[in-house]
Amino acid sequence: MSTAPSAPPSPEPDSSLRLAVALDGAGWHPAAWREPVARPRDLLTAGYWTDLVTEAERGLLDFVTIEDALGLQSSHFTEPDGRTDQVRGRLDAVLIAARVAPLTSRIGLLPTVVVTHTEPFHISKAIATLDYVSTGRAGVRVQVSARRNEAAHFGRRTLPSFRPEDLESPAVQELTLDLFDEAADYVEAVRRLWDSWEDDAEIRDVATGRFVDRDKLHYIDFESRHFSVKGPSITPRPPQGQPPVGALAHGTVTGAPFRLLGRSADLGFVTPHDTGQARATVAAVRAEQEAAGRAGEPLRLFADLVVFLDDDPAAAAARKERLDGLAGYPYTSDARIFTGTASQLADLLQEFGEAGLTGFRLRPAVAGHDLPAITRGLVPELQHRGVFRQAYEADTLRGLLGLQRPAGRYATDGALAGAATAAAADAVATA
Amino acid sequence: MSKPRKQIHLAAHFPGVNNTTVWSDPAAGSHIEFSSFAHFARTAERAKFDFLFLAEGLRLREQGGKIYDLDVVGRPDTFTVLSALAAVTEHLGLTGTINSTFNEPYEVARQFASLDHLSDGRAAWNVVTSWDAFTGENFRRGGFLPKEERYSRAREFLATANELFDSWHGDEIAADQETGTFLRDAQAGAFVHRGQHFDIEGRFNVPRSPQGRPVIFQAGDSEEGREFAAAGADAIFSRYATLKEGQAFYADVKGRLARHGRTPDQLLILPAATFVLGDTDAEAEELAREVRRQQVSGATALKHLEFVWNRDLSAYDPDGPLPDIDPDLGEHTLARGRAQVRMYRDPLATAREWRELAAANKWSIRDLVIETGSRQAFVGSAATVADTIDAFVQADASDGFILVPHITPGGLDVFADTVVPLLQERGVFRTEYEGTTLRDHLGLAQPPSGAAAAGSAAGDARAAS
Repeated sequence: MSTAPSAPPSPEPDSSLRLAVALDGAGWHPAAWREPVARPRDLLTAGYWTDLVTEAERGLLDFVTIEDALGLQSSHFTEPDGRTDQVRGRLDAVLIAARVAPLTSRIGLLPTVVVTHTEPFHISKAIATLDYVSTGRAGVRVQVSARRNEAAHFGRRTLPSFRPEDLESPAVQELTLDLFDEAADYVEAVRRLWDSWEDDAEIRDVATGRFVDRDKLHYIDFESRHFSVKGPSITPRPPQGQPPVGALAHGTVTGAPFRLLGRSADLGFVTPHDTGQARATVAAVRAEQEAAGRAGEPLRLFADLVVFLDDDPAAAAARKERLDGLAGYPYTSDARIFTGTASQLADLLQEFGEAGLTGFRLRPAVAGHDLPAITRGLVPELQHRGVFRQAYEADTLRGLLGLQRPAGRYATDGALAGAATAAAADAVATA
Repeated sequence: MSKPRKQIHLAAHFPGVNNTTVWSDPAAGSHIEFSSFAHFARTAERAKFDFLFLAEGLRLREQGGKIYDLDVVGRPDTFTVLSALAAVTEHLGLTGTINSTFNEPYEVARQFASLDHLSDGRAAWNVVTSWDAFTGENFRRGGFLPKEERYSRAREFLATANELFDSWHGDEIAADQETGTFLRDAQAGAFVHRGQHFDIEGRFNVPRSPQGRPVIFQAGDSEEGREFAAAGADAIFSRYATLKEGQAFYADVKGRLARHGRTPDQLLILPAATFVLGDTDAEAEELAREVRRQQVSGATALKHLEFVWNRDLSAYDPDGPLPDIDPDLGEHTLARGRAQVRMYRDPLATAREWRELAAANKWSIRDLVIETGSRQAFVGSAATVADTIDAFVQADASDGFILVPHITPGGLDVFADTVVPLLQERGVFRTEYEGTTLRDHLGLAQPPSGAAAAGSAAGDARAAS
């Protein structure tokens, strides 16, 4: 079935809007699994995930993120809930991303990793390897976990019990700061590990019998309060040099989440509810970026929206209402919840876009319904307006996002290291 | 009356970071690009192999304080490659080494359970241990695991992982869209483990996978390693691939099973072996000599000798006689991150033996390393190699072999094309996969469902939560 727009694009389309989807189980609404399209018995199969990601790729989306957590899903903010009427159980997001990588060719793949309880060394090589198996389409979304029950799955640290209303208490603020600072250290260690091999370290010099030039492998000697990592990585520098790192952040009293974006991220996922908030959020993150001394570096900001899309706005609203009824409570979210048509959503994205956002990460309320509505309804609408690409224009995630391939920080010879790719060569030339 | 002929199990090890891999050969490709792994896996599956095996290392090897640069350096992440390979194969088992020292049971269990789901039941875990602070420098736990705690941590790690695998019985997901019941059991995945190494509790968040648990492999042949395997592994990797040593190891390990309430068919013995094939036996022998010279350069020979001598021997001539000085018996710090170091428990005796061998045979250092350092290799025409492999298995020297080609990634192709058909003609190797899971290929029973297996532990978990 053709999904081409009904009119040709404008002569010089500003096709710079970027679009991603966040994939989580049957969808973001807790009753999504009860929709006829939901395939709730397939959520732990490769076929289910392959179908979702190939659908997103059909829509030319920049990337998908895959949610993950180290505990069972819960409707409660900080504690397990013991419910039996919602989806419970999930697969490791990095492995899902790797499983679908060979079956797709252009779309970026960002699994979620929880940095609070995992090893930067393991995650660094896992994402580098995801970059190899996807030939340059890997990224990673880092997430902290303040959940006491998840800490108990590891038994290495104890986190305090707290309620949503305690969020602004000094103890919880201190915890938040600590976890986010640890996350920034984690990302720094991961990035150093990616850089620990220079691009041209493998020399295969038959004359001297040397496989690598060991002077192009570097100990990272990273030390922080929570861990230290010697390096180098066991995995050579990945195709993108550094796969993009993303994080979801909300404005908080401590400012720690925005600071993590400012210090550590290539991609930020934020949750403004209107254009004014979007402007304020962009300004707050840019200020953190400047404070971190990264003002000149690209940081792409995506606004998250939960979407219920139907041909008729009333149908979308009614669908949410019906699902709320099944769930037993009205669904709320940190992100704005949109119900309406593809055309109305396109209006909203264009309006939000004026606030300085790079693009949007849409959270399909029901994956089986709202993802195809995005790829087959919203995307053609945006193409028709000339604000979204007609075809993939790059074959790496960095390429799609307009991010250059960075030179390795340990490169002993900048020009030589940069010559590995045209993009990097440009970076050196303009530096 | 002769006993029925045993069916041979065959697997393939993607060659990597040791001097088996001849990276200088013009036919050698990438050992990192996914296309190499995909080619290798497809060949193994075309040949109806049981599984593909990936080794792991968690720190780059060093010699004399510098990164070792003579062999292939660098490898991808095990889980990530195996999951991607599940997309380009349908039957092949996917076996990965994952270290039980520098990982945590909850994370590893959810990775293996995820891999088993994403491959429809083809995941296997080779459980290994580390103890050294050298590797620990890359990890949060850091430090040094006392040698005597290696296997106690490994045993408890595996037991804990099994508790997690068994915390879901397999029938909890109702996903009844009409009634709105997703889970039949509000406590699915509940676990409590209190032990010396792990004190954890909560809910495991990956429901029971197609195989229930991944197939468990174990490598290493110390007394503790053999007991560990006899108690809980489904297969053991050994390096005893010669007939006599193989038979002795086979008898020893299989003989341990009864003490653990198990039968001999519940643990497969699978040694690693290389192979060199030629049109004739003579041609293969000639080719094998060339391969060994490629695998052991003069520099490699000296470095290999340093594993035993624990001294810098770079001043010696690899084409000359062995050093007349004795090995340094202090703590071995010269070569780090290498399994070989552990093989030589008595350096003085090894050095003496090697000097005698070299003198008797007029071997240079390089000759010595070539002659003593090479693993079991099947060398000959396809017919000879098929005969030998079959004879080894029928004589209970093993239940099959894990083949390690010396070329990445095409080195397995010739074996698949020439030896496998001969084994199939003899009726000792499958012509089609008969089942879908790795357990099916290996002839292993499905583990009892969590309800039966977890027994009182699960009951306790439920009571406690």
